[in-house]
Amino acid sequence: MNGFRCLPLVLVLLMLSVDAFAVKRDYGLVPQQVAPGTYVLLGFNEHFNFRNGGNIVNTGFIVTDAGVVVIDTGPSRLYGEQMREAIAKVTDQPVVKVFNTHLHPDHFLGNQAFEDLPEAALAGTIEGIRQNGEMFNESLYRLCGPWEAGTRVVVPGLVVTPGVEEVGGHRLRLIGYDGHTDADLAILDETTGVLFAGDLVFHGRAPTTPHADIGRWLASLDALAGLSFSVLVPGHGAVSTNDDPIRQTRDYLVWLRDGLKRGAEQGSDMAELLSPREPPASIRRLAVFAAEYQRSVAHLFPAFERAAIERGRVVQELD
Amino acid sequence: MRYLPDKPVAWFVLLVLLPGQSLLAAAGPEDPLGSFMWAEMHARLLRGEPVVFDDRVRVLMPAEAEDSMNVPVLVDATALADVERILVFAELNPIHKVLEMRPHRAAARIGFRLKVQQATPVRAAVLARDGTWHVGGSIVDAAGGGCTAPSIGSANPDWASRLGEVAARTWPREDGVRLRMRVMHPMDTGLVAGIPAFYIEELELRDAAGELATELWLYEPVAENPVLTLDLPGSGRFTVSGRDNNGNPVLAEVLGGEAGGGAR
Repeated sequence: MNGFRCLPLVLVLLMLSVDAFAVKRDYGLVPQQVAPGTYVLLGFNEHFNFRNGGNIVNTGFIVTDAGVVVIDTGPSRLYGEQMREAIAKVTDQPVVKVFNTHLHPDHFLGNQAFEDLPEAALAGTIEGIRQNGEMFNESLYRLCGPWEAGTRVVVPGLVVTPGVEEVGGHRLRLIGYDGHTDADLAILDETTGVLFAGDLVFHGRAPTTPHADIGRWLASLDALAGLSFSVLVPGHGAVSTNDDPIRQTRDYLVWLRDGLKRGAEQGSDMAELLSPREPPASIRRLAVFAAEYQRSVAHLFPAFERAAIERGRVVQELD
Repeated sequence: MRYLPDKPVAWFVLLVLLPGQSLLAAAGPEDPLGSFMWAEMHARLLRGEPVVFDDRVRVLMPAEAEDSMNVPVLVDATALADVERILVFAELNPIHKVLEMRPHRAAARIGFRLKVQQATPVRAAVLARDGTWHVGGSIVDAAGGGCTAPSIGSANPDWASRLGEVAARTWPREDGVRLRMRVMHPMDTGLVAGIPAFYIEELELRDAAGELATELWLYEPVAENPVLTLDLPGSGRFTVSGRDNNGNPVLAEVLGGEAGGGAR
């Protein structure tokens, strides 16, 4: 029985050591000012993983006289909560409104932390989150693990009507585009000249295409390039004071589309295109290029392939 | 000593049978992919016949499956001489066998798409005339679920009207043609409640002279509406024929080339 006298001590030590292993998950969000009252939280130019916890996205907020406007809420409940704490360190103004630029999970899964407030998105985005939100949530849990604990899909309840919305002295032009997804919201703060482009624009990182329509995306990029802005906040990658990121995104999409279409028209098998043929250096050096390119093959090649194969000559009698 | 066996029969198990297991596994060369299922696959699908792992058998696949219902795979064994059979299997799929090919006059190369249920090695075992299986493979990571999702077509009320429909086009290649072909078929695995296994089992291609070009056997894990890539001899005219597991025929004449582009 001697051994049992130590049992309480052993248990206490065990509990202490378990506690020592309980990681405090901190996204380390530090708002960077890009214009008066305007801040961006920059994510890593990486894929979702267990180290970055999904912080691969740029979110932002605008401090106005009538409260804070949040643009995208990050990849998890935890991110949303820590974003709200980070905002409170910058201003005493309360958050009054949230916008989601589009339906991808790194842009809206933090909505839970702002559930008490109006959360707005384009109609197509709301519908998309309603349909696919749970699937996205499961998918991010698989990719980011414990960072996603307790994250629940909160569908934005307010439909954005494109046009100008004035909040506390800031004229926000809400513009409905598409191409990256079926509904991509861009927000141009005409008061400060900051353009929040969402994922229509990537900078220094290969664009993602799971819901893309390349033709419409290119048209949206042309429209964005025609806007008058002084600061451009891409959905992923560094903030810019010129339209280089727009050009970069356009160049990538054109290269991607043309290469896959050419491959399909020359009779290549999908697997034969998994290694891109001689990408230009400017494209090859984009962050996560190789992996993102392979994903895009899966997204975009089947349509080009279908068009190519269906032009073949076949005689067949079907019942 | 409490946990050591005290009965002779238990010692027999411990000393004779357990080491015997590892002897069995060690009977062939070591699996470069380190899969615990390899020995099982070797025993069951290749009947324990002689194998070598051979880099000349290439299985080209993405490292990660973006779409678990459509993982592109290209098997290429053209670096081997006299290929008699190609057997493709995915050992961590609920249904292992994916596809078999007897190349005959076709190049020992085939492209297709695969449904995966989880991350798995995908292997091509290639039987050459030397009587040895030459095995190549790679691993695809996946969110999975591809084998237990209903086919998209089965949700469409008029899928039956296009069942077996063939679209095909050929492209001239150095010594023959590249054929890319799609056959409309749900390729249901039978692993979804209420939807029985329903898939194309056999396909063969004959050239304009009626001579056999290549033979294929498909299994449930081949993706819905199979898209196949083959490199064949001849000028581009072929007869495709086959059937699914319910006896529905697949029959079409491929004229070659591109509509409006003339036969090539």
